[in-house]
Amino acid sequence: MAGADARSLRGTIANAKVRDKAPRFFYERAASVRFTDLDRGTSLGGRLAELAGRSVLLATANQLTSALALIELDGVARRIVILPPDATAEHLSAVIAIAGIDVVMGDNGTPPHAALALPLRVTCAPEIEPLRESLPPHVHTEWVLMTSGTTGVPKMVVHDLQSLTAAMRAASPADGADVWGTFYDIRRYGGLQIYLRAVCGGASLVLSSAGEPTADHLARLAGHGVTHLSGTPSHWRGALMTPTIRAIAPRYVRLSGEIADQAILDSLRAAFPQAAIGHAYASTEAGVAFDVNDGLAGFPADYIGAARDGVAMKIVDGSLRIRSPGAASGYVNSGQPPLADAAGFVDTGDIVERNGDRCYFAGRKGGIINVGGLKVHPEEVEAVINRHPCVRMSRVQGRRNPITGSIAVADVVLKAEGQDTTNRAAQIELKDDILKLCRDVLPPHKVPAAISFVPALEVGATGKLVRRQG
Amino acid sequence: MSVKLTIIEQMEEIAREHGKILAPLKEDLVLADCGLDSLGFAVLVARLEDKLGVDPFTAAEDAYFPVTLGDFVKVYEHGGR
Repeated sequence: MAGADARSLRGTIANAKVRDKAPRFFYERAASVRFTDLDRGTSLGGRLAELAGRSVLLATANQLTSALALIELDGVARRIVILPPDATAEHLSAVIAIAGIDVVMGDNGTPPHAALALPLRVTCAPEIEPLRESLPPHVHTEWVLMTSGTTGVPKMVVHDLQSLTAAMRAASPADGADVWGTFYDIRRYGGLQIYLRAVCGGASLVLSSAGEPTADHLARLAGHGVTHLSGTPSHWRGALMTPTIRAIAPRYVRLSGEIADQAILDSLRAAFPQAAIGHAYASTEAGVAFDVNDGLAGFPADYIGAARDGVAMKIVDGSLRIRSPGAASGYVNSGQPPLADAAGFVDTGDIVERNGDRCYFAGRKGGIINVGGLKVHPEEVEAVINRHPCVRMSRVQGRRNPITGSIAVADVVLKAEGQDTTNRAAQIELKDDILKLCRDVLPPHKVPAAISFVPALEVGATGKLVRRQG
Repeated sequence: MSVKLTIIEQMEEIAREHGKILAPLKEDLVLADCGLDSLGFAVLVARLEDKLGVDPFTAAEDAYFPVTLGDFVKVYEHGGR
């Protein structure tokens, strides 16, 4: 068979074999696969040719099969739409229609959902057999990631292998002996970065599994001798509360996805005195902007202004804007505002404040709350609370939290009629009732941690609720 | 109500809300094994701030991550170290 095209992910693996001193693996809880065999192998049971030029929805239940499928699909499919692990069925039909999906790639755990009943369904197995067919001609493949909006169909952000790996070019590839690990799911931007660092950078990768306790995950990371480990500050706080963390000794510890405060950086320094510890700033739309490796929170103010490694940053109205070769090219959805301004800068919506020669992140523009790396739009939660028959209005805000960075809390104004504000038991019952409503319709990270009843909420001149900035 | 009882009451409440099963809440119980996930702990710290008027983890100068339930209760009893 002809070799894989060097521009594709499969070609990258084939080329890396010259350097690799050891075979490289994806390790998941239930199975491990020597993915470097994909240069001349396949996990798709002889159906690779059917995927040529198609738009594929990647809807596997497990990360291991997604990890294999991405190598199979890059350079073969026209478009890969990566379904995040917590995607709800609600918008699936719309996603399939908007993205022109004509193939669903699943695995043995993919639910037999009606919306996924497309004519062509291909199953990815967690094992590799020799490739007997010839590879289809190379095509440029779009990699599409989803981000959640306030309501409605998720935004589908268009990348390709080049934009996703833009921040990795400077690093010289390893020789196959390194083992990367991540607390992220590889179907989100942060986890996908680590996946590509391992696959393109000459390392194996330990994947997390849904529902796996942190202690078990850490024990697996230790068992595979993890050398590079990445997660959000919230992931790391959870890991630091788990005694099994003493079993791992990574050379490189990486944080991204949330504000890395000095406390978590110092705690990781104390836990891993020998490791290099870095925190990175990236967003699905803007790509990876920079790494900070001096062990201090925030980033040097001279990162703003002149371009570094092809990345330029500026602050407009307090919010960080980034122009980067790692930025997405646009959205699949029509009717979205442009992803970048005329000069190519993407507004991240992250508020940056300067203090001397250092810049610090001070929260999200528009009040978006970051709970352990997951975005919560206050308006979405308020809309649910406001459905309760006793509620007049509500305001959801972020409160800083030592575990998840921030957490949502709600101030609620009750309708006057029929409310006995002096009856404490009745008030507690009402809070429970509102929280139950939230739990019934919202994913757990969006449910307010606490509800306070207040007599009134301030409404500004524009008729909108007054929200605290940041 | 004592600080410890408040903490235990809140843990039981959150476990019920999140559909989790708590391990027996003994002093030496490792928090990571107690049955709450990190979101559950985040909610616990937020609720305790409302009940006890302090978030000792954010108030503390140095970072400290308690490992056992006993350590966790102590942090609150001292109102931040």
